[in-house]
Amino acid sequence: MMRQIRLIISELIFSVSQRKREKMSVATESQKKFDLKTFFLNRSKKDYVHPYLGGFLLGLVLFAAFFFTGNGLGASGGLNRFIVLVEDAIAPHHVDTTPYLLKMAGGDKNPLDDWVVMVVLGSLVGGFASGWWNGRLKFETNKGPNISNRTRWATALIGGLIMGYGARMARGCTSGLALSGGAVLSVGAWAFMFSVFAGAYAVAYFVRKLWL
Amino acid sequence: MYPFPLTAFTVTSVDNPWTYVVFLVIGFFFGLVLEISGFGNSKKLAAQFYFSDLTVLKVMFGAIVTAMVLLFTGIGLGLVDYNLVYVNTTYLWPMIVGGLIMGVGFIIGGFCPGTSLVSMTTGKIDGFFFVGGVLGGIFLFGETERFYDQWWNVAGYMGRFTLMDWLNLPNGVVVTIIVAMALFMFWGSEQLERIFGKRDLAKEPKLRVAGAAALFAMAVLTIIIGVPSQDQKYSRVIINRTLAGTEVKTPYSADAALAAREMQISPAELFKTIYDQKTILHMIDVRSEADYNLYHIRGAINIPVSQLNSHIKSFLAEAKPNAVYVVMSNDETAATTAWKMLVAESVPNSYILDGGINNWIAAFGKDDPGIKPASTTADDQLRYIFPAALGDRYQSCDPSPIEYEAIEFTPKIQLQMKRDKSGGGCG
Repeated sequence: MMRQIRLIISELIFSVSQRKREKMSVATESQKKFDLKTFFLNRSKKDYVHPYLGGFLLGLVLFAAFFFTGNGLGASGGLNRFIVLVEDAIAPHHVDTTPYLLKMAGGDKNPLDDWVVMVVLGSLVGGFASGWWNGRLKFETNKGPNISNRTRWATALIGGLIMGYGARMARGCTSGLALSGGAVLSVGAWAFMFSVFAGAYAVAYFVRKLWL
Repeated sequence: MYPFPLTAFTVTSVDNPWTYVVFLVIGFFFGLVLEISGFGNSKKLAAQFYFSDLTVLKVMFGAIVTAMVLLFTGIGLGLVDYNLVYVNTTYLWPMIVGGLIMGVGFIIGGFCPGTSLVSMTTGKIDGFFFVGGVLGGIFLFGETERFYDQWWNVAGYMGRFTLMDWLNLPNGVVVTIIVAMALFMFWGSEQLERIFGKRDLAKEPKLRVAGAAALFAMAVLTIIIGVPSQDQKYSRVIINRTLAGTEVKTPYSADAALAAREMQISPAELFKTIYDQKTILHMIDVRSEADYNLYHIRGAINIPVSQLNSHIKSFLAEAKPNAVYVVMSNDETAATTAWKMLVAESVPNSYILDGGINNWIAAFGKDDPGIKPASTTADDQLRYIFPAALGDRYQSCDPSPIEYEAIEFTPKIQLQMKRDKSGGGCG
């Protein structure tokens, strides 16, 4: 009887200590994972946030922009100013004689001296920081399953070209016109927003091979 | 004066480096939120148009309604001056055509400009190519805009035109309609995801229903709060004046500035301002059309006080930091009423012609043949008799800049630099 009890107790102690040892080994493994190289380079990939949470947070950023500065967000306008900077360096006379470009870089005006340039630079850093923190920094090409990387690159280039042209014609892109103008209830911004969706849905069926 | 937006941040320039830091921080969080929402991934963006994953619509409309409800609550409470918030100027046709073109680019390229930046910095190679394309497209537009410059600048131009102006409804009602529409679209997109994306809606967080209810409640709250009246806005106006001989700015309430005669500019100063290349002068004659036809300063436009409110929107839309508005009546009574309306609505650099048209004629029209003093002493009436309604064809309507070259006055006009709108929106 006593022997049996002793046996049970010793087994219990053994299993507890065994578990402890297992736990400890897990702990040391996770400690090992915490070296600098892993922290900086091999961060585990996390899921995207829920779209409603993302929308809410983006809304807070947009609100903060309007609340403190009276201006919304922007992207294509900032890129525009980098292009004009290069044009102004290569062909200043051409810039000074084209009314559209003159407004941004005529004479000794610096095209980068504008709020939207800062927003673009900030968003580059912010996107990178978030990609790194959430383990999503990776050289890869996102594409539909039935096209090659090269096709995807070509369509990205062509799509970008069309998008850039349209954005400047509309005087704003999704961020500067649809989001910002939409939140302050500009009629043009709402007309633009529905046009973007209409344009994309109208063509989506014909280019489905690219994505499906 | 409203506390927000902060005047210190409304003009970005190298002279004011803090604004750069502020916009960098805003940009940082913009990029961060785009990334965590999955907007760096073209597949997720394109899925919007095949109904399997409507993240794009949910995030976009979620952001718009969140910002809108917060902003209009602030406006209703008198925290934010809506007239100083940049509202994208409506150029209807370029916006519709440009939007359709962008839509096509979106589905072919898989990004929009903002998201492609985030995609690029997180190493997505298609993002690199897309950004290259966008830069090319922007360059092409800059080089081809001149071929349809006229169309691009005037087609469907409506100025600062809001949904409230279009529907003729108060702010709060429009905000509530937009929120209701967004909630309906969220519901619709979840149904589409269930059908096309085979998503199990039971797994969606329950919290989203509470969020929707809170959003709707806040929208209804904006109806209840309403908007500040013009009188309330006027009572909050603060005008900073740099007094003669000092460097510091002294704040005045609007009434105090009027009483100190800081806002009334002499006929001589107005005359000199007409020829000042550094300012864009708008002379607004608020008298009756009959008086205006009898005599007015050349270049002045006639907007009777009763019609002024409907013009204020266009002043705001086209306001440049160096625009100066000078209102005038026969004496000062009607002009002062008009001036109060302008400053209440944050029209920058507004002034009154000291002594009105009567004082102008006293200064420049003494030798004008035909103009004779009348015996009337009633307030805000013309104190001169005109042989005919010649409008601005009397000699003194456009005094000779040579004859009055050396005219002296105490300058009152001080540019406030409220906002440079040339860079508004996406640039």
